[in-house]
Amino acid sequence: MTDEVVLLDFWPSMFGMRVRVALAEKGINYQYKEQDLKNKNELLLKMNPVHKKIPVLIHNGKAVCESLVIVQYIDEVWNDRSPLLPSDPYQRAQARFWADFVEQKAVYAVGKKLFSTKGEEQEAAKKEFLEIYKTLERELGDKPYFGGETFGFVDIALITFYSWFYVFETFGKFSMEAECPKIIAWAKRCLQKESVAKSLPDQKKVYELALELFGLK
Amino acid sequence: MASEDSVKLLGFWASQFSMRVEWALKLKGVDYEYVEEDIFNKSSLLLELNPVHKKVPVLVHRQKAISESYVILEYIDETWKQSPLLLPQDPHERAKARFWARFGEEKLLLASAGAMCSLGEEKERLLKLAIEAMEKIEEEIKGKEFFGGESIGYLDIALGWISYWLPVWEEVGSIQILDPLTFPATTSWAKNFLNHPIIKDNLPPRQKMIPYFHERSKFFSSLPPGWIKI
Repeated sequence: MTDEVVLLDFWPSMFGMRVRVALAEKGINYQYKEQDLKNKNELLLKMNPVHKKIPVLIHNGKAVCESLVIVQYIDEVWNDRSPLLPSDPYQRAQARFWADFVEQKAVYAVGKKLFSTKGEEQEAAKKEFLEIYKTLERELGDKPYFGGETFGFVDIALITFYSWFYVFETFGKFSMEAECPKIIAWAKRCLQKESVAKSLPDQKKVYELALELFGLK
Repeated sequence: MASEDSVKLLGFWASQFSMRVEWALKLKGVDYEYVEEDIFNKSSLLLELNPVHKKVPVLVHRQKAISESYVILEYIDETWKQSPLLLPQDPHERAKARFWARFGEEKLLLASAGAMCSLGEEKERLLKLAIEAMEKIEEEIKGKEFFGGESIGYLDIALGWISYWLPVWEEVGSIQILDPLTFPATTSWAKNFLNHPIIKDNLPPRQKMIPYFHERSKFFSSLPPGWIKI
């Protein structure tokens, strides 16, 4: 039986990118459908009636929503190759914990404040943003990937924010390379993987879009 | 007697998060040592075991600490594979359970607790959000005895707070979210859930919860607006 896999996505979304990376890691063929978020179509509204958001994975007609839920789903269905989560329950718990940390700390929401606020509010956002990344840097330590020797769930959860770093750095007036060198080294290591390189858009393209999307100068 | 396999749980009596873990352990018949943590005076043990969030619950098994209640639930299910299996076997059903657990946390729980602790316009706003979220939960439980189907599972445990904590918050905050007329299916599920032999014997005393949440509500309502992320 051939699988029918469709991904409803929006190219600059760091959440959508996570699913692209996971599908690429597993070598799954799928149909990518770019969504117009200002003009949501029937399929999106039908497949994600609760949140009306991307990404949505449609596998043989059934929808899966929420990027990290989708990544786990992909790992469980296509469980015969390139595992994204470790097999040991404690290691799996650690992976889920750190992916949840990335979500909880709403890295995107804090990052958004970097370009949509000024003065004291922006300074506070910058401080919070860097604290989050420094915590992640400590967790990474000297490991090549968050999962250890192999690229996995936490790496997927976090790497997609890399495409937005230029936006954050430019508006926040700081350099990630200077503040969190280990994170940049880790990101560059991840980008050497084809699954990541072909799933993440160029930082400058994202910057141009952010200017447009958020009406920034 | 401490052994390699012994289980310890750091919890707080009024926390719905730590109770989730107790329900899961008890359902699986896993023995554990419960350590009550004073969350207003955090112990060095807690800070050592959960340095990132400094919160309960923390499960300690084989000398290793696991934090975040949903992460702990999955760990329990994967480590103690005996019945009942908490998460569904089918990957699509598992994805749905995880999706709704997050929804319950991010949309319903935050709005409900927030509505309890707020005043005026903010209270109205959060109440509206909570009721909207409850409508979605009602759709999900319609026609089912438990979220897990015929027996209690991960999603029932994740949403279990609705059956016992929510009525307390409604009383403390003078609000109504789970109206039995508007939400008959959820109301019926809540009754079934509370009647489960394991659940009914593992609930914090209501007469202690009311004054506790009154205090918490007073504290939060005194904060400048914007503390709630919804």
